[in-house]
Amino acid sequence: MGFTSTIANKELKGYFNTPSAYIILVVFLLISGWFFASPLFINNQADLRSLFGIIPIIYIFFIPAITMGLIAREKNNGTIELLTTFPLRDNEIVMGKFWASLGLIGVGLLFTLIHFLTILILGSNIDFGAIFCGYLGLILLGGVYSAIGIFASSLTNNQIVAFIISFFIIFFLFILEYTLILLPSSIAGFFQYLSIGYHFSNITRGVIDTRNLIYFLTLIVLFLRLSVILLQTRKWK
Amino acid sequence: MIQLQNLVKDYGSLRAVDHINFTINEGEILGFLGPNGAGKSTTLKVITCFLAPTEGNIFVEDYSVLEHSQEIRKLIGYLPEHNPLYTDMTVYDYLAFVSRIRQIGNFKERLKEVISTCGLHGVVGKPIHTLSKGYKQRVGLAQAIIHDPKILILDEPTSGLDPNQIAEIRQLIKHLGKEKTLIISSHILQEVQAVCNRIIIINKGRIVADGNTEELKTSFQNKTKLNLELLADATEVTSIIEHVKNVKLLSINQKANNVVEAVLEFQSDEDKRADIYKYIRSKNWTLLEMHRDTISLEAVFRNLTIEEGGK
Repeated sequence: MGFTSTIANKELKGYFNTPSAYIILVVFLLISGWFFASPLFINNQADLRSLFGIIPIIYIFFIPAITMGLIAREKNNGTIELLTTFPLRDNEIVMGKFWASLGLIGVGLLFTLIHFLTILILGSNIDFGAIFCGYLGLILLGGVYSAIGIFASSLTNNQIVAFIISFFIIFFLFILEYTLILLPSSIAGFFQYLSIGYHFSNITRGVIDTRNLIYFLTLIVLFLRLSVILLQTRKWK
Repeated sequence: MIQLQNLVKDYGSLRAVDHINFTINEGEILGFLGPNGAGKSTTLKVITCFLAPTEGNIFVEDYSVLEHSQEIRKLIGYLPEHNPLYTDMTVYDYLAFVSRIRQIGNFKERLKEVISTCGLHGVVGKPIHTLSKGYKQRVGLAQAIIHDPKILILDEPTSGLDPNQIAEIRQLIKHLGKEKTLIISSHILQEVQAVCNRIIIINKGRIVADGNTEELKTSFQNKTKLNLELLADATEVTSIIEHVKNVKLLSINQKANNVVEAVLEFQSDEDKRADIYKYIRSKNWTLLEMHRDTISLEAVFRNLTIEEGGK
């Protein structure tokens, strides 16, 4: 799997070779910082709950923006022909792109540790477990959204189209939680299990249940697998 | 070395490649010629394992594209049409990336060699998008040869370049052809004529001609035209056909100052030039010019591809 890291490396460098990564990170940090800092003294709580509340919403825009070009741009530039005629396997290409996307998200999350330092200085009785679970949840959520973004990116050679498709899939998974009250109780449970917010809030509450982990990992594997299949459609007879 | 067996490739209902068979031997420089849309690029894409064949098979050194595509990819260096590149990367980063994928052990050494082969001195640190088209093409070539592949496949390597750049790239290709099996696709005849020792002409997905440059020319040319310019009297010049056997006079033209222009024709396998010259001397005409109109490969190409297209 050495090639996966080669691809991931190339993509990560690619983000930072252009202004895109910097713009995305600055916007991400400004919005999340504002929503973290403004209610901090009103709530008078030394926790990161407001941060874990806003980041999933920023993700809805942020992640489609970082994944939209990953495969669509290669198709558009024709570089996909290079990449897929190198001695690489298609799943190495997709996994490499996935790790690059998750890497950039990781950089963003790393910067939010400043807020963690703030509460470390300001508060006492900090619930480290909840903070750890919150970050774990954000990484898993980032993983699912990245996989969806890469899937959308492999559907088309147009980055804008990829952005819109991944935005809608992610938005659907996100909004599902808020439609539950409209549904009859017989099926509400099922839809609750499908909604991403339910699993995310379980984890950020500090409950790391295998059911939640399975949900996230299933979605990641599903969408990455679909991306590999889409990449292989060029080989259909 | 490369064997195409009954290769068929369909795009939906469109048949791009229609039962192609040929074998390329080691060390050959094959020019793959055809008008745009003839199926050249598609064939190359199947050989390089980008696309799968609809029917038939391709073997590269006993490896089948259907089963051992990873092995084949290691043997081939490929420059796709339009030379796609990661233009945001610097030349160095790009070649470093490719050599990591190609698993080149001594990358620094190899990079030096490739840079000097492709003439990339001075641009190594620059982002690819700032380079001229000629330099980009060299970067593309560098990518294709960095792992020292046995087989090099170049899809229209000189399209869109200016004449100087074309000459440079051709020189480079000739150099590379000394040690590798090479396939070059093109719709430009002179290019293929200049570098290749074997030519396959393809039209509408089918092979219409296969052979070396000379073979192709002679098989389509059985008559030679001879252009003459003399200082003489036109009416007298017509007597040539009476004295030299098997020569036809196609046209004759009296110009000013006693200059006569005549076009003669004879079978290519019997050269009549000596006889004609002797006759001219015996008549004491002044010979100003005498040259053969050899049928160009261009004409062969046009004949083959237009006839086929008209059917």
